[in-house]
Amino acid sequence: MQTEYINAFDIVVGVLWRFWPVWIALILVMGVSFAYKKRLGLYGQLFDSGVGIAGVFICLFWLFTAIFASTISPFDPLAQVSIMKDALPGAVEPTSKLIYYFGGDKLARDVFSRMVYGSQIVLIIAPAATGFALMVGITLGLPAGYYGGRIDTLLSFLANLVLAFPVILLFYLLVTPGIMDTPIPYAMAGLFFLFPIIFFSVLFWTRFKNRPDRLYILLGITLVLGGWIYVGLVFDKDPLHIVHIDPNQLNIFVAVVFASSPGVFRIVRGLTMDIKTRDYVAAAQTRGESPWYIMLWEILPNARGPLIVDACLRIGYTTILLGTLGYFGLGLAPESPDWGTAIKDASRLLRSFIHPALPPTIALMSFVLGLNLLADSLREQSMKD
Amino acid sequence: MLSFILRRLGTMALTMLCLTLIVFFLINLGPNLKKLAISQTEMHTSAEQLESWLVNHGYRQNFFVRYGQWLGVLPKQPITDPATGKPAQRFSFCNDPTEPKFSGVLQGDFGCSTKFKTTVAAKLFPALGATGLLMFWVLAVMVPISLLIGILAGMREGSRTDRTLSVASIASTATPEYVSGVIFTVIFASWLGWLNGSAASASQGLTFYNFTLPVMTLAIYGIGYIARMTRASMVEVMTQQYIRTARLKGLSFGSVVVKHALRNALIAPFTVIMLQFPWLLTGVVIVEVMFRYQGFGYTLVEAAGNNDIDLLLGCSLVSVFIVLITQLISDVGYAFLNPRIRVQ
Repeated sequence: MQTEYINAFDIVVGVLWRFWPVWIALILVMGVSFAYKKRLGLYGQLFDSGVGIAGVFICLFWLFTAIFASTISPFDPLAQVSIMKDALPGAVEPTSKLIYYFGGDKLARDVFSRMVYGSQIVLIIAPAATGFALMVGITLGLPAGYYGGRIDTLLSFLANLVLAFPVILLFYLLVTPGIMDTPIPYAMAGLFFLFPIIFFSVLFWTRFKNRPDRLYILLGITLVLGGWIYVGLVFDKDPLHIVHIDPNQLNIFVAVVFASSPGVFRIVRGLTMDIKTRDYVAAAQTRGESPWYIMLWEILPNARGPLIVDACLRIGYTTILLGTLGYFGLGLAPESPDWGTAIKDASRLLRSFIHPALPPTIALMSFVLGLNLLADSLREQSMKD
Repeated sequence: MLSFILRRLGTMALTMLCLTLIVFFLINLGPNLKKLAISQTEMHTSAEQLESWLVNHGYRQNFFVRYGQWLGVLPKQPITDPATGKPAQRFSFCNDPTEPKFSGVLQGDFGCSTKFKTTVAAKLFPALGATGLLMFWVLAVMVPISLLIGILAGMREGSRTDRTLSVASIASTATPEYVSGVIFTVIFASWLGWLNGSAASASQGLTFYNFTLPVMTLAIYGIGYIARMTRASMVEVMTQQYIRTARLKGLSFGSVVVKHALRNALIAPFTVIMLQFPWLLTGVVIVEVMFRYQGFGYTLVEAAGNNDIDLLLGCSLVSVFIVLITQLISDVGYAFLNPRIRVQ
């Protein structure tokens, strides 16, 4: 039986059409942001430059793609329709009459749907891992920079130890199937996931020490919510069965947090050492504020600019790391639709078919590019102040 | 200065000791040893046989004893041949000693590769040589191009050239090696057919045909980063008083850039270029696997994939050494280039 094909123009139109929920959401969000940009602070200032608009556009595009993935993609990312093996772009699937816009891969799965679903994996793991790395880096970097001395020497030594590891070697050691049988990933997860709870508890404690009515509510929320997520993620024993993570993904997650928190630590430490010489810190010290109050409520808010820029770059870098993991077949399941795994599968067959390789590579590149543009324009804006 | 370097070398030795201990611990986890035993014995061996293989080859000795043996502060013991009861070589393909002997890294013996059935030194150093060649060409391409881009962009901040080049360098930092490698292969190997998509033949002889793609792929990721740093440094220098003075003196713009700005603007990129080495190391692994070039990265992946303990330890020792030594060189070099910086 002959497979039917649609022409290139129809492919482009069809693909653009499949993204319709994304376009609607983008128009709404961009329109509202543009209309109220004066009142939106730093985020609003992004819309002053072309680079900033491009960055916001690309990041939001992938965000909405991840959210609406099930509506956009015509096929299940894991479904194999054997007749479509290595089908060229634009092939029409005979039973449902739906189209393989970017063709089929060697296991006869729809490349377009896999690319769309791949965004979900990246957009969940990369920002979340960066968030945890920020928490760990901030919680350790503030005291190291503020107190200096022995704490600083010890923590900096540990951070340099991790940074001296070539990333790839670290992942080969930490993300192997064998390590799942040992308690190491769980111990590390248990350690890292404690940091957000500690961070928020100390944050509220130092601020509302003398106002028990606010303090107990906030601490209660932190401990209950944090504890719930903690139990769900580390022990996989969420009583409500909502918070759940695969052991595979937990392992990757922990390894990524482990690899990127020393970088955050170094930046926070440097910023703290710089900011602690300012007058307002001296004023707070004279008022008799506790060291942790000064660190969390005087120094940290003033370090936010460079930290936001770094977080943007870091999400991009984490995306690249996840791709590297996928490329080496570490951690993620072999049939997982993430971009790195797709690139690995496709790059082995480049001699015969090139079409499965291009969508995931361009997707990954454009997302990281969007984040970098965003970071660049945030930096420009914060320099102006 | 001398005491600074000595202290740094001391920290370096301590760091390497800690790191090798961590690596040693992680490769010797139970599941990994089991994997090694399975790959080293015949098919379908029972669990007891695997265990006895491990005991026999000394993998069940105390952890710290084994680390000490690898390091060379404790003597390596020969194994006992189960058939004869006499001491025998641990791995016959490595000429392991038949009597207890101090033979570890400190004595220059990196151990025995179970995957390649040879000594680690025989496998690792040729691979390092191959990677060194790759690195040389990458740097030879990357450094001039990125400095040129950075200087052109930073010369006139905010101009059209600046904006175009800046966006181009942001785009290049957003392109990891496995992405640019695929794209370049598609364009230059599949479409145009100008270049070879595999560098496997490069170990016999380098040609433009088989070596350009790996070099290009590896260089492109670093170019953007170094160019951006050069641009930032150049922009800063161009706002200095002495540049204005030189301009007001009536010197041409070109001669101000070349004679006054450039020398001061190139100090910061030097550090960045040195600190690129650890990044390049990851890139090397990806590129060598992608283009099948038999170098250090390829060896590392093979060692890690087959749980080849001694080879992987050797690889990590080398890579950690490279990272630390480049950090040291960048610090010392920075102090040399910039007389305002004093090391304490």
